[in-house]
Amino acid sequence: MTPARAAVLTGSHFMLGDQACAEGALYAGCRFFAGYPITPATEIAERMAERLPEIGGQYIQMEDEIGSIAAVLGASVAGARAMTATSGPGFSLMQENLGLGFMMEVPCVVVDVQRGGPSTGLPTSVGQQDMMQARFGSHGDYAAIAYAPSSPQEAFEQTIAAFSTAEQLRTPVLVMMDEVVGHMRERVVIPEEGKRSVIPRQLPSVPSSEYRPYRVGERLVPEMALAGGGYSVRMTGLTHDESGRAVTDAQTQATLLPRLLRKVLENREVYEQYELRQVNDAEVLVVAYGITGRSATGAVELARSRGIRAGLFRPRTVWPFPAEALLQAARKARRVVVAEINMGQVALEVERLLEGKCPVVRVTSPGGSVITPEEILEALGRGRKEKARA
Amino acid sequence: MIPGNEEHRARTPETENAPLRRHPLDSVLRSDALPHIWCPGCGIGVALGAFLQGLERAGVPRDKRVIVGGIGCSSRVVYYAKTDAYHTTHGRAIPFATGIKLANPSLHVTVFAGDGDLFAIGGNHFIHAARRNMDLLVVCINNFNYGMTGGQSGPTTPHDAKTTTTPLGCFEMPFNLPQLAAAVGAVYVARWTTLDVRRLRDCFTEAAAKQGFRFVEVLAPCPVSFGKNNDIGSGLDEMEYYRGLEHLWGSPGGLPARIEVRENGDLSGTDISLHRPIVVGKFVDRVRPTFLDNYQAVLKTPPGGKGR
Repeated sequence: MTPARAAVLTGSHFMLGDQACAEGALYAGCRFFAGYPITPATEIAERMAERLPEIGGQYIQMEDEIGSIAAVLGASVAGARAMTATSGPGFSLMQENLGLGFMMEVPCVVVDVQRGGPSTGLPTSVGQQDMMQARFGSHGDYAAIAYAPSSPQEAFEQTIAAFSTAEQLRTPVLVMMDEVVGHMRERVVIPEEGKRSVIPRQLPSVPSSEYRPYRVGERLVPEMALAGGGYSVRMTGLTHDESGRAVTDAQTQATLLPRLLRKVLENREVYEQYELRQVNDAEVLVVAYGITGRSATGAVELARSRGIRAGLFRPRTVWPFPAEALLQAARKARRVVVAEINMGQVALEVERLLEGKCPVVRVTSPGGSVITPEEILEALGRGRKEKARA
Repeated sequence: MIPGNEEHRARTPETENAPLRRHPLDSVLRSDALPHIWCPGCGIGVALGAFLQGLERAGVPRDKRVIVGGIGCSSRVVYYAKTDAYHTTHGRAIPFATGIKLANPSLHVTVFAGDGDLFAIGGNHFIHAARRNMDLLVVCINNFNYGMTGGQSGPTTPHDAKTTTTPLGCFEMPFNLPQLAAAVGAVYVARWTTLDVRRLRDCFTEAAAKQGFRFVEVLAPCPVSFGKNNDIGSGLDEMEYYRGLEHLWGSPGGLPARIEVRENGDLSGTDISLHRPIVVGKFVDRVRPTFLDNYQAVLKTPPGGKGR
């Protein structure tokens, strides 16, 4: 047995993307993890099971993913920074309580290390097929926030950012990894403690007699009293007024739901991230995220070496999609190429945002392997509207 | 008698203009949430009253009380009890409560839910929380059907009972909840009806003071659904059913009440069937290390202490 290590392992490491994600969570102050084994996310649970006890945290292996996210929400309302991690089948099971987290306004982080689907699909190989589920998977209208890291280092950084966003906006935040990023081993530099900040949730600023669990505060976010804090807090997944009473009528819904959506959509500066490469004169713009973002980087370099004016738009937060930044990056584009390891999901959002200003070419894959730079390059140089890889 | 209860009088023309008197449990109820949603004759309010009195008597600090509900009539207690209260998703109250307890072990966490919530959609969570001996008090209001959705059959609907989805009579066999809870590891298992108000209160007092996974089944009337569909009658009639059920089920002359009290493990004859006596009582009261006890124990194990 190795001696107990610190919460923050400052230094340079050679580690899996899954492990980097776990270390990012610990860096961000995550002290509760509930999970259920699933390939290719299991290494996150294993890392947390090993690391949390040595720093005073709590790991619990639940009976399923439904229980995992329920426990995460419960831990969060009692004050813990809490996370779970899964892959497609488990992510499906979590959709119900993701909706509860959004409605009840419970900060937490949910990681989906995507593999190929549908159903059990390709358990050990890559997919990016859960992107629309991330956006629309739970019932009812809601606004999801989803990060999409391209490397172990970014998995570390974005997991920290996900916690900061979740805490600030009092909402579940998704980290949409993929099997290749999760299982890739690369150098991860962990900075000293305090170099990355997590802005904590706003606790009540008024005594319990004046406290209302859903009275809107800064950024449309209510202040959050914790279980055991003496506030007799009442929280619910039913449509509710600011006191937390269930009031299931159209008027109360008309106050609550638009506010929940605006809280996410009008606070983009809290979370929105994207990478631009050579977009200023780009006549062909590649849009790609996660592991495909790295293939796209290679494709743009190859294209430039052949005299094609190509650029890269890599959303590091896919939901809400960085719409303004995309339109700016695509202003000179004659064609936009969207590459992703699915049959065309985020491409739908790009097409919607571009409103027919230029053709959108899809580079798709049913999953199982990464899309290569050469495959994307081929789409850059061709005029066809559809380019199915199959 | 509850302290203060003697002040309560019926509202008559003589008392019409008298000053409003407080309910003895007002200080632990949310008056802004009243009136409640429960139907006339429903047993959930009786169970809630007994529960709140039990917590008071057990001396559980008010700001340490947390109630987690799922979905259904029984889980609506979260709106009326003045505690930290979370109204979650159908069947998921136990894992939500598990997260609360583990994040702040100083809290006294109760799950309040119905038979359908806890044992149909939430059955898996129940057996695993009991196996872990998670430090939770789980209260199941068993009214033998899904009341909120209008009286459909559930996992505790007795064989032959009529519900809106078993119009020919229920042909499935129900769970025996105390047997199930005992088998999967609960350290405290009791069953009472809402007729047994004081026994129920004392049961909650005892259970609240204990550590580990504690399970209390409360048989409660659901006159507008289960009672109506099975010709039991009003809530009061269903209470009479508990007192001497053969009489209500048409045996001429009826039979005397059969209330038994047992302790520690004898669960024979506790199945619930129409036309059969109902056995109530405390069935299990034992000590097992809790999830957190065991976790603390492994944390204290010195490196290499468990040699191979």
